[in-house]
Amino acid sequence: MRIKRFLRMATEAVTKFIFIAAGIVICAPVFLVVTGSVMGQGDLYECLAPVFQQGTGFVSWKLIPQYPTVENYIHLLFYSPEFFVLFWNSAKLVSLILLGQMLVGVPAAWAFATYRVRGKNVIFTIYVVLMLLPFQVTMLSSYLTLDSMSLLNTHWAVILPAVFGTFPIFVIYGGFRSLPIALIEAARIDGAGELRIFWLLGIGLGKGGILSALVLGFLEYWNMIEQPFAFLEDKTLWPLSLYLPEISWTQAGSAFAASVVMLVPSVFVFVMGQDYLEQGIVYSGLKG
Amino acid sequence: MRKFREPGYFLLFIGMSLAGVSVFVLIPFADVVRRSFMTVMSGEFAGLDNYRTVIGNQAFRLAVGNTLHFVGVAIPLLVVISLAAALVLSRIRDIRVIKSLYLFPMALPTATVVIVWRMFFYKQDFDSLVVSYLWKNTGYTIVLWLAGIAGIPNELVEAARVDGANGLQCLLFVKLPCLKGSVYTIVILSFLNSMKIYREAYLVGGSYPGKDIYLLQHTFNNWYVNLEFDKMAAASVMVAGVLFVFILLFQHYSQR
Repeated sequence: MRIKRFLRMATEAVTKFIFIAAGIVICAPVFLVVTGSVMGQGDLYECLAPVFQQGTGFVSWKLIPQYPTVENYIHLLFYSPEFFVLFWNSAKLVSLILLGQMLVGVPAAWAFATYRVRGKNVIFTIYVVLMLLPFQVTMLSSYLTLDSMSLLNTHWAVILPAVFGTFPIFVIYGGFRSLPIALIEAARIDGAGELRIFWLLGIGLGKGGILSALVLGFLEYWNMIEQPFAFLEDKTLWPLSLYLPEISWTQAGSAFAASVVMLVPSVFVFVMGQDYLEQGIVYSGLKG
Repeated sequence: MRKFREPGYFLLFIGMSLAGVSVFVLIPFADVVRRSFMTVMSGEFAGLDNYRTVIGNQAFRLAVGNTLHFVGVAIPLLVVISLAAALVLSRIRDIRVIKSLYLFPMALPTATVVIVWRMFFYKQDFDSLVVSYLWKNTGYTIVLWLAGIAGIPNELVEAARVDGANGLQCLLFVKLPCLKGSVYTIVILSFLNSMKIYREAYLVGGSYPGKDIYLLQHTFNNWYVNLEFDKMAAASVMVAGVLFVFILLFQHYSQR
């Protein structure tokens, strides 16, 4: 018996070890970006040249840079004012999109979760299809609308279509579905109005889904590429996510440092909101 | 359980969303359907000409083939690998750290790791695209599977054990059938995320990447840049139509 228990614990420990080792490999790109950001121009050149110049060969990477330096960060933070504009663009776009998504999506999710109305399933299915349509398929229709509203090449061209995206509705809906219906009925019998019920029960008790949608939304829109590329011509309006890849490899130092700065908010949200992130993933598993 | 019947309140709550979706997607898409039958320059009725042009277009064919190839290879791989991982993980305690490690790629904006991708995937081939898709989405899918596994009633597994089923039999005849319901969700979400692989393909390879990773999204983008709206309209209608039918069928069969 004791041997059996020992064997089981041993297998568990070994399995865990294998999973963690694989997980560390998965996270390796971050180490590369971080070490790259503290390498000097010469070191980087030596490492990257084989790939970017000849297009063959392999990158040789030093896990611990020989001469760590903060020159990349200093250059970025003190001598590149355009970086702040781009960072601010990203922050503005993401916060306005998330704010709008909540204003629109929370009531919509509540409607799906609490009312039984004819035609609800039709709307639900349409929303599922809209969620799954790749951006490029609706790009032309968005373009035509935004053009007719003269919103092209303004931040609203990116914000407004995203606000009416249907993905967050399903995540918030998942949170509302976990509320017991008996609770809502009890509130109705006690004479609470529908708006009051929405406010107290929906927002009050269903905020797990709302926070989950915020975490997932942040990670998604902080990483936005297609929308600004299609609708923003003026590069001073671009978010960081679109601008970073434009930096050529000969300025790899700044690119790495900018990447690290861009990573910080994402990683912060990830670490603070991991529980909501997992919850949100589960909620996004839509059950009609 | 009866729910409160009140169309007025339903509309009140969903109204803003419905209005926005109509103005930004549904109505303009109807306009795109109309345009798909018109010539782009003179606006004359062109019948099915645009559709014929698109279907005969070499780039479009290549892109459709590559996209289907990608979806057909990457999604099954993702679903199976993450199921296997989730089945193992579901029997281990304290997996928070492991989940964090696997979910972490979700938190990394594509732009920040693109320089790393350029280093390792300079060949821009099909496999590297599949690898970066798996890299990004395995954690997400494991979490979905774990939720499904947690929903399997314990009594069922215990009962099978008592009846003398071994581990493999438990898995094949008790656990997997219970997970059927999760498959629909997981495939749908994996598909949703598979469309986002364009970001990696575009950032690594640009508008005209290697022949193996030229995706449908590239075609749309290039037509958009060249203002070939007639082709775009016809292709949008076709892709949306195919997806719509596919989702309805998939929904129908998975809910039986």
